[in-house]
Amino acid sequence: MKQFTTLLLLFSLFIGGGIALAIDTPEEMLPNPVQEKRAEHLGAQLRCLVCQNESIEESSAPLARDLRKAVREQVAAGKTDQQIMDWMTERYGEFIRLAPTFSFATALLWLMPAIAIISGGLLAWFAMRRRPIAHAPLTEEERIRLKELSGQE
Amino acid sequence: MTPTRRKFLTALPIAGAGVLGVSFWRILHNMNDGSFDPRAVNNPHVGRPIPTFSLPGIIGQGDGFSDHDLRAQTRPVLINFFASWCIPCVQEMPGLRAISRKIPIWGIAYEDKPENADAFIKRDGSPYERLAADRHGKTAIDWGVTGVPESFLIIPGGRIIWHGSAALDPQTFENEVLPRLAKVGL
Repeated sequence: MKQFTTLLLLFSLFIGGGIALAIDTPEEMLPNPVQEKRAEHLGAQLRCLVCQNESIEESSAPLARDLRKAVREQVAAGKTDQQIMDWMTERYGEFIRLAPTFSFATALLWLMPAIAIISGGLLAWFAMRRRPIAHAPLTEEERIRLKELSGQE
Repeated sequence: MTPTRRKFLTALPIAGAGVLGVSFWRILHNMNDGSFDPRAVNNPHVGRPIPTFSLPGIIGQGDGFSDHDLRAQTRPVLINFFASWCIPCVQEMPGLRAISRKIPIWGIAYEDKPENADAFIKRDGSPYERLAADRHGKTAIDWGVTGVPESFLIIPGGRIIWHGSAALDPQTFENEVLPRLAKVGL
């Protein structure tokens, strides 16, 4: 039991941590907190090509570290978010964006929630509009029983 | 609920499951025969000119090289990013030595200590005609390298016509690289 509680505590610490940033050393961070925040926001949108389902901010792969550094250098040099993203896709293709851009190929992916809600809503609407099922008339026995129950003579 | 409608509604989920099943089977089949790799990184560099770079050499292995040297070549060259700390690179070496008899290979040591890279190359004989060191992996990023080993085929004038992001072996070289060269008439 005691072990279980310890485990639970450890687990809650683990979960409560939110996104663990993989910044190895404080030296990696930009001295200007506004710029650092922008760099982290950008990094969170970039895929680590080594681990593929982590952003470069979360990954501890050497390549992710190098890309974090590249993002910070460019933020410090006054590049816009768009310019930094373009710099990345020019080198690694669209795949480096964790959120794919809207294009013909990704239209279905982006529109699927709307399509699902609309089609589901239409289905529900049609189902509700359906004529209510006509009830069969009461048989003679049922009529007598009903009279007894409702106390009407 | 008319009978046709009931039949239609019954068939709908079964058909859906069937379509899913066939799709999954196809994906798995293609993954098995190697025509589909879910982890493949689409490479935007094929067909493009080589990026600008200038790298120093490795002590005891001559001078480095730049995009200039590469563009000035009159024959195709294979660029191979490697590191002494990378196990697939070690396994790749015998194959690279065989390939180097057919095409010049220029090596770029990725995030490697020069003395380690030097020792690594000297161990079993070098497949490389020229060597350079990309100490902090900056040039590798410009080439779109995601890890070592990776190889690029460069044609005269400095254009990339093939990129492989796995260890290169003679078989891959015959099946993938040589046909690309034939296509551009080299």
